[in-house]
Amino acid sequence: MALCESWLYTVFWRRFRHNRLAIAGGGVVLLLFLLSVLAPYITPWEPGAIDAYHVLLPPSPDHWFGTDELGRDVFTRVVYGARISLKVGFVSVGIAVAIGTVLGLVSGFYGGVVDTVIMRFVDIMLCFPTFFLILAVIAFLEPDIWYIMAIIGLTGWMGVARLVRAEVLSLRERDFVLAARALGASDLRIIFRHILPNAASPVLVSATLGVAGAILTESALSFLGIGVQPPTPSWGNILTAGKDYVEFAWWLSLFPGLAILVTVLAYNLLGEGIRDALDPRLNR
Amino acid sequence: MTAYLLKRLLAMIPLMLGITLITFVVIRLAPGEPVEAMTALSPKITAETRQRLREFYGLDKPLHVQYVTWLKKVATFDFGRSFAPDHRPVTDKIRERIPVTLSLNIIALILEFGLAIPIGVFAATHRDTLYDKGITVFVFLGFAVPTFWLALLLMYFFGVKLGWLPISGLHSLGSEGLSPLSWFGDLLKHLILPVSVATFGSLAGLSRYMRSTMLEVIRQDYITNARAKGLAERTVIYRHALRNALLPVITLLGFSLPGLIGGSVIFETIFAIPGMGQLFYQGVMARDYPLVMGILVIGAFLTLVGNLLADICYAVADPRIRQGRG
Repeated sequence: MALCESWLYTVFWRRFRHNRLAIAGGGVVLLLFLLSVLAPYITPWEPGAIDAYHVLLPPSPDHWFGTDELGRDVFTRVVYGARISLKVGFVSVGIAVAIGTVLGLVSGFYGGVVDTVIMRFVDIMLCFPTFFLILAVIAFLEPDIWYIMAIIGLTGWMGVARLVRAEVLSLRERDFVLAARALGASDLRIIFRHILPNAASPVLVSATLGVAGAILTESALSFLGIGVQPPTPSWGNILTAGKDYVEFAWWLSLFPGLAILVTVLAYNLLGEGIRDALDPRLNR
Repeated sequence: MTAYLLKRLLAMIPLMLGITLITFVVIRLAPGEPVEAMTALSPKITAETRQRLREFYGLDKPLHVQYVTWLKKVATFDFGRSFAPDHRPVTDKIRERIPVTLSLNIIALILEFGLAIPIGVFAATHRDTLYDKGITVFVFLGFAVPTFWLALLLMYFFGVKLGWLPISGLHSLGSEGLSPLSWFGDLLKHLILPVSVATFGSLAGLSRYMRSTMLEVIRQDYITNARAKGLAERTVIYRHALRNALLPVITLLGFSLPGLIGGSVIFETIFAIPGMGQLFYQGVMARDYPLVMGILVIGAFLTLVGNLLADICYAVADPRIRQGRG
């Protein structure tokens, strides 16, 4: 195991380091973490501070991204919005990865009827326009960020399940698994000790890309008014105001959208970079 | 071919059942009761009336009985009546809206494939050139741009700033009085922005996919063989490689449907287009249970049909599949 880890570290890092785009993506992701942790120290304004005298001001040295319809500083709200998007990205992908991994492992390892049932379930879930399903559920719940994260996760695990299943199918016939079985290892031990660690890298890649997708979904929901509720700032709900004031205040639309764009781009680049570094054969 | 088709059709039945079951469970598990949602706005309704409504909709029966009753109706495309004040049958409401959403999405789909195929092929055949890198940048940006934001920017730029294009609805006010030709022109003008947004949404993914399947095909022995025979590069690419690279793309056609239909919520809401997405959004906001359930089932059903069509195309294009050897 130690050998394996040091191999991973050196070879992975050596390849990853040379991918400038992936490094940039990782840098932006780190920066976003810092922004959301240090938000109160970065901006002098409060995200909810209403100022009736400074409504819809264009960007200026005081208000870098201008102010919104209630006189709140848009830069501050965008910075605080990073907190929401990070939370949504990680929690919902965590849920999706957990469900997908468990179902994929069970499906691939046991095969037979279990496999058929789980895979049909995946097929059925994939038939629904995901966004419809999410909207339908959220509409009947109290608007709450935890519900949103749960639902994005519950509707996003199918890809991971298929991926893990495929990995398990190829791994379970390998010699080291057969050897473990011959030594009398239990199913659980084989699954968690021998198969899961070897199936982890594609899951890591799809999780990184999944964070990007979850952030996009949350922002779309918030934009439609059924995601994160005001006054809590999220990139999506700042854009709702942007839409209402599109004729007078371009800055309300431009900056939060750019924030989403840069964040999603960063996660995608990072994910692709991890994939290429883990398996250069896939580099196309 | 007939046997293959029959097999595919039969396989749809359990999927369809699963779709209805999930729809039912999702809506029923959500807290809050349909009758409550329906009557919450009118204080005059007494507890007794509520009870009667509950009985009328069968909500007092156990869940599995409710499901079977609902399923029987769904089988005949009867989704009950909308909770909205007009109380019209859900099926009628959806039927009016489907053509708009479907035709918008089909136009977008045609544009997408029409653009993505040449983009992908060119990027693959000019690998690692500046052009290919440009495409990669475009693809990454395309993945990252939220469609609703793009819609906003386009609205601002072409609608507000330049004033070239209308930003909402499908027709201008008073367009009924126009001659058929200018009526059509008016419609086209209204379609430009929403269709561009819908197309852009999946263009990036599709181009990237096309590029990678093309790269894979070019590596195959039969391509080397075709080149070795001395065929022109054009013939090799367009007659030998492209045909084979298109096969997996056909499957993607089926997969892209749920995304397209789901995405229509966003651009139909933004551009005020009276399609299924907008209807769904309104239904969701008004907690119109029958309508939401109806659209969920129909949306998933359309996806199934789309997948079936894609599979049929695939079988037509690839004899290995229809003879059951694929």
